[in-house]
Amino acid sequence: MGAEEQTVTSQKVTAQSKNKTDGWKPKVVAFLCNWCSYAGADLAGVSRIQYRPNVRVIRVPCSGRINPLYIVKALQEGVDGVLVSGCHPGDCHYISGNLFARRKFAILKNYLTYLGIEPERVQFSWVSASEGTRFAMLIEKVISDIEKLGPAQKLVKEVSR
Amino acid sequence: MEGIETKIRETAKALFSEKKIDILIGHEKGSLVFHSRPVMIRDANDTERLVWNSFCTNNLAVYLPRFFEPKKPKKGEVPPPLPRVAVIAKGCDARSIIGLVRERQVPRQNLIIIGVPCEGMIDKSKLEKLLEGDFIASGSIKDGGTSITGFSGKRLDIKKEQVLLDACIECAFPVVEDADIAIAGTSRKPATEKYKTAKSFSEKSPAERWRYFAQEISKCIRCYACRQVCPNCYCKECFVEQTNPRWVSAGDDLSEKMVFHIGRVFHQAGRCVECDACVRACPVGIDIRTFTQKVAQDVKEMFDYCPGFSPEVSPPLCAYRLDDRQEFITEP
Repeated sequence: MGAEEQTVTSQKVTAQSKNKTDGWKPKVVAFLCNWCSYAGADLAGVSRIQYRPNVRVIRVPCSGRINPLYIVKALQEGVDGVLVSGCHPGDCHYISGNLFARRKFAILKNYLTYLGIEPERVQFSWVSASEGTRFAMLIEKVISDIEKLGPAQKLVKEVSR
Repeated sequence: MEGIETKIRETAKALFSEKKIDILIGHEKGSLVFHSRPVMIRDANDTERLVWNSFCTNNLAVYLPRFFEPKKPKKGEVPPPLPRVAVIAKGCDARSIIGLVRERQVPRQNLIIIGVPCEGMIDKSKLEKLLEGDFIASGSIKDGGTSITGFSGKRLDIKKEQVLLDACIECAFPVVEDADIAIAGTSRKPATEKYKTAKSFSEKSPAERWRYFAQEISKCIRCYACRQVCPNCYCKECFVEQTNPRWVSAGDDLSEKMVFHIGRVFHQAGRCVECDACVRACPVGIDIRTFTQKVAQDVKEMFDYCPGFSPEVSPPLCAYRLDDRQEFITEP
């Protein structure tokens, strides 16, 4: 997709999300760890497993690298959902990055829910490099959860609406 | 109360005359009625300025890190020795100080914590609310009773318990545990039910919670007073002032204020001692307590951690257990 085309698409998406459910498709940002989940997504790709294209993948070195503010910022900039995925506990490339991350995510998710944000907007999971099928299923689940919720309304910056 | 005040002055005077401290941080009489303000004392003769009453609400730990900032000495110069500081500390101040010691912002050996038994502090805004918008012209406190007179001449007699700060009503640790010098006296009974505010807020529906959050945060003028008074917020560069990446832009959008508040609260996880200094500092009266207490509750319930004690234990977000809870993880 060319840069120009991309701008047009993003404008369309913005226009679409204005009329809420009318032709709206969810936008999901997925933070995937380089060593497991990103490789899992790769495996899903090379294995030709089909999953929906509403997900934008951002590769990060480790799930422990994710500043919780990334998630908050993504919601503010207008994504409908955020997925964070890392190695299974015990399998972290950096030994314990995902275990520290798990604590941060537990607090963040609880807190956002406490404020009244739907818990399905922000999801966390573990996907290993060999779990291409699990990755595809995960994406399907996250997207269908967010489709049920509809477009994000809370925390969204006015100008990006 | 007067007895405690005399003891504080005596202790302070003794510390100065024995040359044990360079600076003492305490409270002095404020410029208005029912008001005390922080004071830094460097001389034994000034210890008479120290007061102790029901309005010593400030968390004095916030003034500590500045004394111990690492300074690069000029070539050939020997850096001056770090000052020895004494602090008049209530339960909450002391816990904040221990937090700073844990995060290596202040050296414990340079500190003298003068623990004062706290009977709870009075919320001046509650008094003014009882006077229905009038300001307090004069007042007195005796044996748990408070009488105030407004400028319009209206007189009220109130029980102290009625006008205590929410933080003091819910305070679970009124006794200073890590005091180097403990002033004797009676302190408030610790509250039995913890995290009452957060628990009752959780019971509301998500839509209601969000409406309240939006309504409260929309008042925010982003003066960052809540951050300035917080002993935990000692960062040289706060995330709200970073320009690369820019977390919070200068716009007036509600979402910018929300990102600031969510970010601020997240940084309090495992560190907030619920002293409510932020609540008192807020010039527009945002109910920060409701939004901050949740992380304290979560840290306690999920990781069984209570900030403000034993500085050698690692804080909850710098530690992990293999069996930490993970029922929030999505299974496809």
